Amino acid sequence: MAEEVKLFGAWGSPFSRRVEIALELKGIPFEYIEENVSDDKFKSPLLLKYNPIHKKVPVLLHNGKPVLESLIILEYVDETWKDNPILPEDPHERTMARFWARFIDEKCMPPVWKALLGTGEEREKALEEVRECLKTLEGVLNGKRFFGGETIGLLDIAANFIAFWLRVIQEVSGLEFLTADKCPVLIKWCDEFVSCNPVKEHLPPRDKLIAFMKNWLSGDGWTD
Amino acid sequence: MAVVKLFGAWTSPYFYRVIWALKLKGIPYECIEEDLLNKSPLLLQYNPVHKKIPVLVHDGKPICESTIIPQYIEEIWPQPSLLPSDPYERAMARFWIKFADDKLILLALSPSISKMYRASGEEQEKAVKYILEMLETMEDHGLIGGKKFFGGDKISMVDMAFGAVAHWLGVIEDAAGLKIFEAHKFPRLQSWIQNFKEVPIIKENLTDRDKMFALLKRRREMLLASK
Repeated sequence: MAEEVKLFGAWGSPFSRRVEIALELKGIPFEYIEENVSDDKFKSPLLLKYNPIHKKVPVLLHNGKPVLESLIILEYVDETWKDNPILPEDPHERTMARFWARFIDEKCMPPVWKALLGTGEEREKALEEVRECLKTLEGVLNGKRFFGGETIGLLDIAANFIAFWLRVIQEVSGLEFLTADKCPVLIKWCDEFVSCNPVKEHLPPRDKLIAFMKNWLSGDGWTD
Repeated sequence: MAVVKLFGAWTSPYFYRVIWALKLKGIPYECIEEDLLNKSPLLLQYNPVHKKIPVLVHDGKPICESTIIPQYIEEIWPQPSLLPSDPYERAMARFWIKFADDKLILLALSPSISKMYRASGEEQEKAVKYILEMLETMEDHGLIGGKKFFGGDKISMVDMAFGAVAHWLGVIEDAAGLKIFEAHKFPRLQSWIQNFKEVPIIKENLTDRDKMFALLKRRREMLLASK
């Protein structure tokens, strides 16, 4: 049976780009459907049908069946298409990859938004929180080229936000989340990650993202 | 010497997620009870990032997070299985486990978290609304098709992830003087709760209801008095 793989995503979303990277890495052809996620009213009926609970991208549709949540999709892709595995073989290492991927989503990202949108002491506190998280990840990287070793793995893909979006946010806001003096290995990793093959075609256009963020921060609203 | 150690606290549904996984698979373990208001240096050493229970230590290596630990247990001791073997079914199970984890934070009994039995007025109303939405989603999306458990006929990690709804929610309701879960409004969920609590390992491993009620009542009175 011919495989039918579709991905509902959004150009600016680190989450849907994660799935693109995994599919690219494994050489899986897919049909991409761009969603306007600025408001529920712009989302396609199909997206709302396949993800009625959260109404979000990404949604992977494999032979008509929807898989939801970017990290869950990454594991599904890894289990379904065995070439170029993104999770380690060893169960303990696999568990640690899952742990740190969740750490990125649940501990690193929220304070970035808090710092961006907050002011004064709240902003300072959030900024410090992000810096602590990044320092922790610097330790996890432990001098390796990638979190996955010699090639990118699930944790590298999950950290796409740090490699690209965070640095754009830094440029636009002037907030120094990630600095070479505190996280030299992580900075090097960022450059390696964004320029490696499965990733470089699956990042948002930089200027477009900068313009989008500037627009959003200036209070002109969320436009696509 | 025990190969598996588990750090936990008797009030925590997150702790029980791991206990159930270990017991269902017949894995012997040593339990270390933590005082959540005075955490041990060993716990902080094993979980420096989150400083929370539960923490599983297997052959000296710590694993943290109550939804990640059972997946690790599943990989090391695959039988009896607590996750589907089909990748798609497994992805669906993980989706519900994540949903449970994200939504059930309001039922956590950690003093800094639960708004249910601690708060009153508007804050409590908001918490109640949030819980109701979660229950509706479970009823309308998770348990369709008259399934016995979330994964079908057998108990799985998804059911264990929702354990707080089956046992802890009731105690919190009583301590806070609330009625959120009405059985006639959630027939599938009511069935599921009964099925879940009838599984022998679950039945024998639930936190002492009376003890927990007394604790919550005391805490709530203290908090309301101090406002």
